[in-house]
Amino acid sequence: MNGPRLLTGGEAVAHAMRQAKPDVVPAYPITPQTPIIQAFAKFVASGATHAELIDVESEHSALSAAIGSALAGARTMTATSSQGLALMTEVVYIAASLRAPIVMAVGNRALSGPINIHCDHSDSMLVRDSGVIQLFAENAQEAYELILLATRLAEHPDVLLPVLVCLDGFTITHGAEPVTLLDDEVAAAFVGEYRIPHSVLDVRDPATYGPFAMPDYYYELRRAQAAASAAALEVFPSIAAELEPLCGRRYAPIEQYRLEGAERVLVALGSTCGTARDVVDELRAAGEAAGLLELTSYRPFPSRLVAAALAGADRVLVLDRADSPGGTPPLAAELAACLYGSGIELESHVYGLGGREIHPADLHEIFAGHAADYVGLRGDACRG
Amino acid sequence: MSRLKELARNEAGVPPLRGGHALCQGCGIPLVVRTVLNSIEGPVVVVNATGCLEVATTRFPTTAWNVPWLHVAFENAAAVASGIESAQRALRRRNALPDDQDVTVVTFAGDGGTYDIGLQALSGALERGHRFLFVCYDNEAYMNTGVQRSGATPFGAATTTSQVGDESFGKAQKRKDMTAIAIGHHVRYVAQAAASHWDDLSTKVERATAIDGPAFLNVLTDCPLGWGHEPRTSRRVLDSAVETCFWPLFEVSDGQYRLTYRPERRLPIEKWLDGQNRFAHLLRPENRPLVERIQKEVKSDWDSLLALCATDDSRRPR
Repeated sequence: MNGPRLLTGGEAVAHAMRQAKPDVVPAYPITPQTPIIQAFAKFVASGATHAELIDVESEHSALSAAIGSALAGARTMTATSSQGLALMTEVVYIAASLRAPIVMAVGNRALSGPINIHCDHSDSMLVRDSGVIQLFAENAQEAYELILLATRLAEHPDVLLPVLVCLDGFTITHGAEPVTLLDDEVAAAFVGEYRIPHSVLDVRDPATYGPFAMPDYYYELRRAQAAASAAALEVFPSIAAELEPLCGRRYAPIEQYRLEGAERVLVALGSTCGTARDVVDELRAAGEAAGLLELTSYRPFPSRLVAAALAGADRVLVLDRADSPGGTPPLAAELAACLYGSGIELESHVYGLGGREIHPADLHEIFAGHAADYVGLRGDACRG
Repeated sequence: MSRLKELARNEAGVPPLRGGHALCQGCGIPLVVRTVLNSIEGPVVVVNATGCLEVATTRFPTTAWNVPWLHVAFENAAAVASGIESAQRALRRRNALPDDQDVTVVTFAGDGGTYDIGLQALSGALERGHRFLFVCYDNEAYMNTGVQRSGATPFGAATTTSQVGDESFGKAQKRKDMTAIAIGHHVRYVAQAAASHWDDLSTKVERATAIDGPAFLNVLTDCPLGWGHEPRTSRRVLDSAVETCFWPLFEVSDGQYRLTYRPERRLPIEKWLDGQNRFAHLLRPENRPLVERIQKEVKSDWDSLLALCATDDSRRPR
C-alpha cells in the first residue's frame, strides 16, 4: 500500500473510478460534483485509464446513457449533485427498476430554491424511495473506499442495483485530506470484472428490456426490486470483509462509535459524524454516557442493525440535514419507525441546510437537550 | 424489385417485429418498423421511446420483438442509444465482444419523443456524433395518450387539445420543421420519408446506416384514429401528403440536398386535407382563407426545398 497523499474527496473518488476502470462515464457538470469528472477526464486524457466519456447535454441524459451502457455489458459510472439528481430523478427510479448496476457519486448539495451550491442532504432524500442504494461517506478516505465497495455491491448478482456514494458537497468533495490509495492492481483485483446476467447487446439471445407492465404484473416487479434492495444488506458484510485486509477498515451498514453503555446517542449521516466523534470523546472524558451511530447505508435502511445498536439507549438524537416541510424529517421518521415500541425517547433536529456550519458547541447543546428543533438557525432572520 | 425480395426474405425468417401486438388496424408504425429493420443487414438493437410502439408491443410478460429491445422513458431514447453505442465501442476496444459483431443501434420514437420532449436528448446525441439511426414515426400528435397536439401537429388540425369551436379552428400554429433542426446539427445523413413509400424508405435506411455517425429519418406515419380516416385508406392518405408536397421526400447527405421523389404535378392541398376528420372543418366555406394559407405555405416551403436541391437527380434510375 502507498503512503497517504493529500487529495480532495473529489480527487479520491476519481482515483477510485480510475482503479475500477469503468468502460463508460456519461456525465454533466454541476457544482460540487464537477471536480470528480474533471479529475477523471484528466486520467482518461493522459491514458491512465480508458473509458468512453459521454459529455451529455443534461443529467437526465447522463443517467439515461448510463442505463444503456450498463445494460449493454459495460461498467458504467457517473456523478452528480443537487439539481442534477433532481433532474435525473425520473431515470433514477427506472435505473433501479431495470436493475442497472451503475455507480454514481453524489456530491451532496442543497436543492433550489433559493439556489445554493453548498451541502445538505435534500438531494439524496429526493431519491430515497427510488430503489437505489445510498451509502454515505464521512470523509475523503471513506468516499474513495466506498466507490470500490459500491462497485462490488452494485454488481453482485443478488443485488444488481445502482449504488449512490454520497459525499458532502465542499466539506468532502473540495476538502483536501490525507488519503491512502490501494495499489492499482489490488483495487482492480478487488472490484474484478464487470459481469451482468444478460446483455442488451446479446443479439443471439435477444431480450426485451423495460416493457410495459399493467396491474397484473407491476406490483410483483416492484416487490422483486424491494427484495434486491434487502439483499444488499445481506451481501454487504462479505464484500466489506474482503476489503478490510486491503484497506484496514471494516465497513458495515452502520458504524457504532462508543455505544457501549451509551445513554444518549446521536444518529447522523456524512461528514458531521467526524465532528460528532470529537464531541462524544469530550463527553465521555467528562464521564457522560454519549455515543454516535453513523449510518453508512441509508438505503437500504438497516433497521434491525439500528434497533439492536440503540437497544441500550435512553435518548436518541437524530440529526437531519434535510427537512420535510409539513412532515417529519426523513432520518427522524426512519428512526421513529425503528424505535417504535421500544420506549426510547427520540429527538429530531434539522441542521446545516444549504451549507450552514454545525459546530461542536451545537452538538454539545443537542446532547444536553437544550437545542432547538432547527439547530443553528439565525435568530435575526426569516421573521414572518 | 430486388429490394422487395430482400425485405420479404428478411421478414420471412425471424421477423424483427412479429404480429400479435396491439397496434391498431391501419397504423403505419409497424410498417415503418418492419421496413426499417428489414432493410438493415446484420444485428440490430432497438431503443424505443415511450409511446404507441412501446406500449403495444411489450405488455409484460409478452413481447413482439425478436431483436434486443430497450425502453427507458419518453424523452431520453437518444441518450440511451448513446450509452449503448459507447458501450459497444468500449467493449470492442478491450476485445470483450465477438469479432464479427457490429450491432446497429436503431431508435424509434414518435413525434412527441422527437420534436417535443425528446428534442434535447436527440440534439445532444446528434451533436456528439454517436453512430446510430434515429427514426421518428411522425404521426403528428400524441396518439398514445389520445390525440393531443404536438409540435408536429399541422396548422389547422383538430386534436383533443386543439379543438374546433366558435373560438378555435384547431391548431393555430404551423408545425415545427424537425428535419431542418436535425440538418442543423451537421449530421451526415438526414432524410424525410413516408410509411407509404417503402422503397424510398428502405433505400434511405441503407444510406443512413452506411455512414459512421448519427443519422436521422423523419417518417410520416398515419394514425387512423388520430387523423380520422378509414384504416384501409392509409396508403392513399399518406400518398396525398407526398403528392401535394405537404410532405416532400428528400435527403441531405453530407450537406447535399436531394429530392428522392418528385410528384408529376403538385396536387392541390385539399387532396391531403380531404378524407381526414381532423381537417374536415377546414373544408367548410368559411374556412377557405385557412386552406389558402396552408396552400401558400406548402408552396413556399416546396419552392425553398427545390432551391436547396440544386442537384435534383430524383428521376435518374437508381
